[in-house]
Amino acid sequence: MSTIAAISTPNAVGGIAVIRISGENAIEVADKIFNPFHGKKVIEMEGYTCAYGIANNDGERIDDCILTVFKAPHSYTGEDTVEISCHGGLFVSRKILRAALKNGATNAEAGEFTKRAFLNGKIDLTQAEAVMDIISAKSDLELKMAENLRGGAIFRKTEKCSERLLKLLGGLAAWADYPDEDIPEVEPDYIRSELEVSARELFSLIEYYDDGRIIRDGVQTVIVGRPNVGKSTLFNCLSGCERSIVTDIAGTTRDIVEETVRLGDIVLRLSDTAGIHDTDDLIENIGVEIAEKTIESAELIIAVFDGSCPPTEDDFKLIKKLKNKKCIAVINKLDAGTVPEFKKIENNFIHKVYISAKENTGINKLESAIKEIFEIYPENFSSVLVANERQKCCIEKALNCINEAIAAVDSGEMLDAINVVVDEAEQHLLELTGEKITDAVVDEVFSRFCVGK
Amino acid sequence: MSYKMGEFDVAVVGAGHAGVEAALASARLGCKTVMFTISLDQIANMPCNPSIGGTAKGHLVREIDALGGEMGKAADKCFIQSRMLNRGKGPAVHSLRVQADRVMYHNYMKQVCENQENLSLKQAEVSEIIVKDGKISGIITSLGAEYSVKAVIIATGTYLKGKIHIGETSFESGPDSALPSRGLSKSLIDNGIELRRFKTGTPCRVHKRSIDFESMECQDGDETIVPFSFETIAENLENKVSCYVTYTNSNTHEVILSNLDRSPLYSGRIEGVGPRYCPSIEDKVVRFSDKPRHQLFVEPMGLSTEEYYLQGMSSSLPEDVQLAFLRTIKGLENVEIMRPAYAIEYDCCDPVQLLPTLEFKKVKGLYGAGQFNGSSGYEEAAAQGIVAGINSALKIQGRESLILQRASSYIGTLIDDLVTKGCSDPYRMMTSRSEYRLILRQDNADQRLIPIGYKIGLVSKERLDKLNQKISLTEKEIRRVSRGTISPTDELNNMLESKGTSPLKTGCKIAELIKRPQISYSDIAPFDNERPDLPDDVCEQVELQIKYKGYIEKQLVQIEQAHKLEEKILPQNTDYSKIHGLRLEAAEKLNKVQPVSIAQASRISGVSPADVSMLIVWLKREKE
Repeated sequence: MSTIAAISTPNAVGGIAVIRISGENAIEVADKIFNPFHGKKVIEMEGYTCAYGIANNDGERIDDCILTVFKAPHSYTGEDTVEISCHGGLFVSRKILRAALKNGATNAEAGEFTKRAFLNGKIDLTQAEAVMDIISAKSDLELKMAENLRGGAIFRKTEKCSERLLKLLGGLAAWADYPDEDIPEVEPDYIRSELEVSARELFSLIEYYDDGRIIRDGVQTVIVGRPNVGKSTLFNCLSGCERSIVTDIAGTTRDIVEETVRLGDIVLRLSDTAGIHDTDDLIENIGVEIAEKTIESAELIIAVFDGSCPPTEDDFKLIKKLKNKKCIAVINKLDAGTVPEFKKIENNFIHKVYISAKENTGINKLESAIKEIFEIYPENFSSVLVANERQKCCIEKALNCINEAIAAVDSGEMLDAINVVVDEAEQHLLELTGEKITDAVVDEVFSRFCVGK
Repeated sequence: MSYKMGEFDVAVVGAGHAGVEAALASARLGCKTVMFTISLDQIANMPCNPSIGGTAKGHLVREIDALGGEMGKAADKCFIQSRMLNRGKGPAVHSLRVQADRVMYHNYMKQVCENQENLSLKQAEVSEIIVKDGKISGIITSLGAEYSVKAVIIATGTYLKGKIHIGETSFESGPDSALPSRGLSKSLIDNGIELRRFKTGTPCRVHKRSIDFESMECQDGDETIVPFSFETIAENLENKVSCYVTYTNSNTHEVILSNLDRSPLYSGRIEGVGPRYCPSIEDKVVRFSDKPRHQLFVEPMGLSTEEYYLQGMSSSLPEDVQLAFLRTIKGLENVEIMRPAYAIEYDCCDPVQLLPTLEFKKVKGLYGAGQFNGSSGYEEAAAQGIVAGINSALKIQGRESLILQRASSYIGTLIDDLVTKGCSDPYRMMTSRSEYRLILRQDNADQRLIPIGYKIGLVSKERLDKLNQKISLTEKEIRRVSRGTISPTDELNNMLESKGTSPLKTGCKIAELIKRPQISYSDIAPFDNERPDLPDDVCEQVELQIKYKGYIEKQLVQIEQAHKLEEKILPQNTDYSKIHGLRLEAAEKLNKVQPVSIAQASRISGVSPADVSMLIVWLKREKE
């Protein structure tokens, strides 16, 4: 495989930065750009050893660095790998990277080190999936979730469930294969109760899946309100809270399709930046299809009202549109004082937040209101969660099979038929944990890691 | 000094259950075949239990029959008691088992072989194979007779360097005191075949008059007898004997435990690996010390003898200990031993050296079958025998070889397991070894394999036509009951309620009623006015296919899915150690097995899913 290089530390200023080079020629590439002080050349260094020295580009000194050598297969990727730790700062690290690229390495794609680790058999598919999730984590909560997965919480639970089914299958097999021996009969009641425990456990794994998805993918959010209620100010306020705007949603940049802002643990995807800035016109065009569609497709609507003046007809038109939607009423302009007529608006909403966008107060209440609406409680994530559609799909299929088996037990089906369904449930669980490779799993490998290209 | 004694296409070494099926298949396919046996009086001998079938083994017998083999017909002719096991557990695990007359069975098979065109029987010990340029060219007997042949099938059972152990005594011997085969092992090893030692055992035979049957549970055969062979007419079949069940007790266990030091197994004199699935009584007592009793079956050896077989009591303890522990058992207080129990060690090969055709990878034209390949059991042996016989003939005739997929049969599953996973102890077939149990039923072995047997040339056109007629009648009847309706009447509803299922309020499709687990196809007969008169086997198929439709479809989807990986063909003679990312252990195993497909690779123990994904990626890159 070709030799790749990338800056492995965040693209920001920090104490140190690490440039990682991996592949067949990693050590040769490093040899050309690094001179250890101890006089030995990089190509003469043993695996798991470090050297202090100078990184240079065509003889031009860049920085004093520490270089670590990992020899295949004893590295993260399973290939020869070199890591150069230099002083933090984008300028220095980029210069070293450029030197590596000039001397035979190519730029690593996002996640390519992990991809190679997978391809070289260092990690299995599910571990790789979790690493990819960690790399692309957008918030602390999401990171915690991904780490939970890599730590194996979900696999431990799935494995436990899979072991229970295996024991059941073993019992059925022994009973079928040794009819003349003294083997205890497998009673339908026993099968049923084991299946029910399994079903409950699997359900608990996917119960919070949607919450997990929201944390990972963000909430599709639209801000609406008639002109001059302070939507733009709220928007600026949200995006300004902490300017950790994340834009790595596949194929998009924040300027074109979405503005992703973070509000505490929650990521909001405010759709259509241009639209957001033009939403002052939204209420005037409330009859216009586009606005309706936006409201229709949003997972969360933040409806902004001006608390400092009596509600208008437009306000009430909007309230009508919001019936049965997940929505929060934001009563703005607390700084200008509220009028008593406001109760008429308030009473239409379960979730309401009083803020002053101008003075940036009350925004944190918005966060808790959103968490309430989506029932996002951090304690749910500290336990077990399913990370992605593939895993969810496996669990759902297993769960369906188990429910089918329970129904079959209840209707008095023969045990060999029940056996087939339990067997299938077990297969789906093995697929989840990567203990069984099917064509479907393989397809997943190819789609997620673009291998073979 | 050797001398030429003739030329044959195929030589079969051994005339047990594997050898007989191999020789018959090859001769019937038109190859000039010779079968060697150390004693003509041991052809198709049953040196252990005179019983054919049992769970999964019964499936094998029916599959052998559907391919055109002899075992099912022989069992139908020579059985003295027949039972369908697992009747209450669903059709996938129904298994036929018969008690056979051992002498009659031998006589039957010997005569079939004697009368088979193209087949010669010779009493001789084959002591050498002749290999030229990696290819079989002949064999030499211990007397020096040399035969030129194109293929050799090794089916030596437990004869190869056989050694019997009884207590502190051991001696070189084949089974049932036959002579062992002494020279062949060395010749095989010299030609690159790796051999190892396995062991198996058999219980005592005791005299009928010394058994108190009154104090045992009697076990009778089925009232309605289902034959093994799809060609046997079910009428006039009858049970002739009863079998009996009794149990060991704490006294039995005490006698065994206090004499373990006299067992060759525990003193380390036996080096061979014994079958996990058929442990000796001392093994059972030691390993399951919490079990207060173990079951044993008392079964007749045949109609022309007073010998009885004690199933479940195989042992290698000394004769005096055997007598002592047997006499603690209810009903055996005065038992007289006629033949003592013994353990037998023998040479066999690691079957991963074989291709799925059962030909050795290292020596062209050399095949292995039966216990020599590491299996245990007459049925497992016969199943491999027929496949080895067929493939040796097909190869000589330049025809495409026969590789049965796992999804096609238990035979395919058995061979795939052997050549892919190998075995660390004698391999026994079990229904749980198949992932497609509901498709691989014993009742549809004909539908699965007769077309294949016909294509090969072992099954007649007449038999194929008969099968096709059965299939078309079944399909027609399924169509009828799927479309036709049945109206609620008092009689019908009474019947439904008496079976514990809900009565009908409105009319429904006949098939809907058959789908109910509580209702059988025949239950509805009185209310189904337009039902045609159909043969029993057709009725059985109609009922099964309707009742299990959903489950069968599920398995077909699984087969389909697995098939995708079966179709990813791996090149032969690949050096897997050169593939980046494979673990060392996996590369070694893959190099040894040289799997034909990704699917086979994934079944090799020691090859992890991560290794399999590496292989897939590698294969994809190779193609690009």
